[in-house]
Amino acid sequence: MSELRETKGEKFFNIIEKNAVSILFLIICAVGIAFSGYSLGYLGQEIITRVARNSFLIISLLIPIMAGMGLNFGMTLGAMAGQIGLIFISDWGIAGIPGMVLAMIISTPISALLGWLCGKILNMAKGREMVTSYIIGFFINGIYQLIVLYGMGPVIPIKDPALVLPRGYGIRNTVNLIGIRRALDDVLAIRVFGLSVPLMTFIVIALLCLFMVWFKKSKLGQDMRAVGQDMEVARAAGIRVEHTRIVSIVISTILAGYGMIIYLQNMGTLNTYNSHMQIGMFSIAALLVGGASVNRASIGNVFLGVTLFHLMFIVSPMAGKNLIGQAQLGEFFRVFVSYGVITLALVLYEIRKRRSRTRAGRLLAQDQLDAIKEEQ
Amino acid sequence: MTKIRKFMKSFGWPRIIIGLFLLSLFIIAPFVGVNLGTSLSDTLIRFGMNSVLVLAMVPMIHSGCGLNFGLPLGIIAGLLGGTLSIQFGFTGGLSFLMAIILATPFGLLFGWGYGSLLNRVKGGEMMIATYVGFSSVAFMCMMWLILPYNHPTMIWGYAGSGLRTTISTEGFYLHTLNNFLQIQIGEKLIIPTGMILFFALMAFLVWAFLHTKTGTAMTAVGSNPVFARASGINIDRTRTLSVMMSTWLGAIGILVYQQSFGFIQLYMGPFYMALPAVSAILIGGASVNKASITNVVIGTLFFQGILTMTPSVMNSIIHTDMSEVIRIVVSNGMILYALTRKSEVSR
Repeated sequence: MSELRETKGEKFFNIIEKNAVSILFLIICAVGIAFSGYSLGYLGQEIITRVARNSFLIISLLIPIMAGMGLNFGMTLGAMAGQIGLIFISDWGIAGIPGMVLAMIISTPISALLGWLCGKILNMAKGREMVTSYIIGFFINGIYQLIVLYGMGPVIPIKDPALVLPRGYGIRNTVNLIGIRRALDDVLAIRVFGLSVPLMTFIVIALLCLFMVWFKKSKLGQDMRAVGQDMEVARAAGIRVEHTRIVSIVISTILAGYGMIIYLQNMGTLNTYNSHMQIGMFSIAALLVGGASVNRASIGNVFLGVTLFHLMFIVSPMAGKNLIGQAQLGEFFRVFVSYGVITLALVLYEIRKRRSRTRAGRLLAQDQLDAIKEEQ
Repeated sequence: MTKIRKFMKSFGWPRIIIGLFLLSLFIIAPFVGVNLGTSLSDTLIRFGMNSVLVLAMVPMIHSGCGLNFGLPLGIIAGLLGGTLSIQFGFTGGLSFLMAIILATPFGLLFGWGYGSLLNRVKGGEMMIATYVGFSSVAFMCMMWLILPYNHPTMIWGYAGSGLRTTISTEGFYLHTLNNFLQIQIGEKLIIPTGMILFFALMAFLVWAFLHTKTGTAMTAVGSNPVFARASGINIDRTRTLSVMMSTWLGAIGILVYQQSFGFIQLYMGPFYMALPAVSAILIGGASVNKASITNVVIGTLFFQGILTMTPSVMNSIIHTDMSEVIRIVVSNGMILYALTRKSEVSR
């Protein structure tokens, strides 16, 4: 009478399905590498640079997932706060590590405020946090443009003419971050097998990972996981659900702000009106590629994801050129894959959610059947 | 007094603020040297251009699939219809008709697939719809490059293949509807009767459909799925039908838009086209699971009115064009307002 239990085949199928996105990506990358013709050394160097550049940002997504709020599309808010910090330190001409730290200090209260606002709004839209946080990103982008494009100059004093648009107010489309360019990366750059490794950046990322591990075990982290499991049960257990959810978004936003500063010190230039909008999509896609899902993500997913995703990003234009003769096709392909991967992961998550409900019901039915049999 | 208060409550304060804002723009306009006739006819033309796209929201909202953030999928069906019509050598008014006919099978096919997908992800439709839209646009970016189009007005001159990013509709279906029965009052005020009549026809079709037996079933599915199932309605099929309708209307909507705008925008063109349409219907008083034709008319007029009036009026007052920022804040603020309303969350 065990036909209701899972068979081995089903278990195998479950494992495949859980990692479907990563497996698909492994195949794409393998084909891409073969056709791009890049040397392993070049690819290795690119991957190291990009892992250092993006990991911090992606880790900032983990806490809201823990709290059951899904993928925080509102991380763009933190990115905007980080950018505002960078604009100020560029204006004041503070360079190097002190500049970066100051930018982080400036970004913190802005991130906290925006995160609090975002958390408040998300509490009003329980059950559709993702689409709401996505729209919040757009909404705050409007406010950001209002401040940066119109407010900076007449209201908020900006002295450096290199930053201001020729018309006399508003920040230029691209800001050269010459002062803090590679400030963190070059502190402790070592060479391993001919590849340059920005060790200091990796130390910072490792510290953040340690913090995440500790946080998961802390009282607040446990509360968040309880809230993520079931809000009503958590509330009955005396956890302040709304408050916990807001805190998780605030922490995520602040970390995203720091992550953006680390990202931009590596890039060296700030696209004032574009950088933050792209970064949310890329970070989320990378995390999902690493095998994370809407309700489950680990640090391992971050590193696997950032490696695979950026590998695809590096090789696809060249592979497209060698395969079909058009580099542009490869560029469109990688945009398609970025969006496609998010779509696929979201769809799989929803389908799995429904199936696990029926599976749980089925297992329960089997247990009860067994119990009845024993009684007899 | 209570009557007014009741009206205010049902209309909602964001709409009242937006309405008053638009009214004040129209009042200020003549004093700062903006011609009222031009503004009015611009608003009407923009209304005609966008109204069918906004109408494409209605069937999906009715069947409980939420806001149609996947509108770009319908737009792609329309783009395929338009480009194929030109490719097959149709010109003038006939090309517009053929574009609609050619877009129809794509719209229905895409809509069927999209609807079947949304049936598997009930509860998470809106986020997935957004990304279905995005990924289909990105996918078509590749297709526009490699599909074997070869009409000389559409492909890149130097490469000899691949469609251009913008294709002029001049000589094909430019202003087919705009010029139909156009009324000109005075020097500046032009009423694009044809376009408005076309919208009226589409709106009537949707309205009539929603009052048929299938249409009523659709509303039932949207407002109470359990009750609908109990009365023997096939929920999944009804939802798929509504998504197919929305997608088809999106395809027609973009064709109407193009015939007035003058260009077919390919590649990343349709990427963000869902958001203005979504916010327009919300401004008109719709919510996440309730929408009517009146919402479409009021919403499109308000939204397009603000879009037309802010640049000209603001420019004359403070010599700065802040219209883009205002558009972003108003449209996304409106979507946020709709998403966070308590009554709709317990669906």
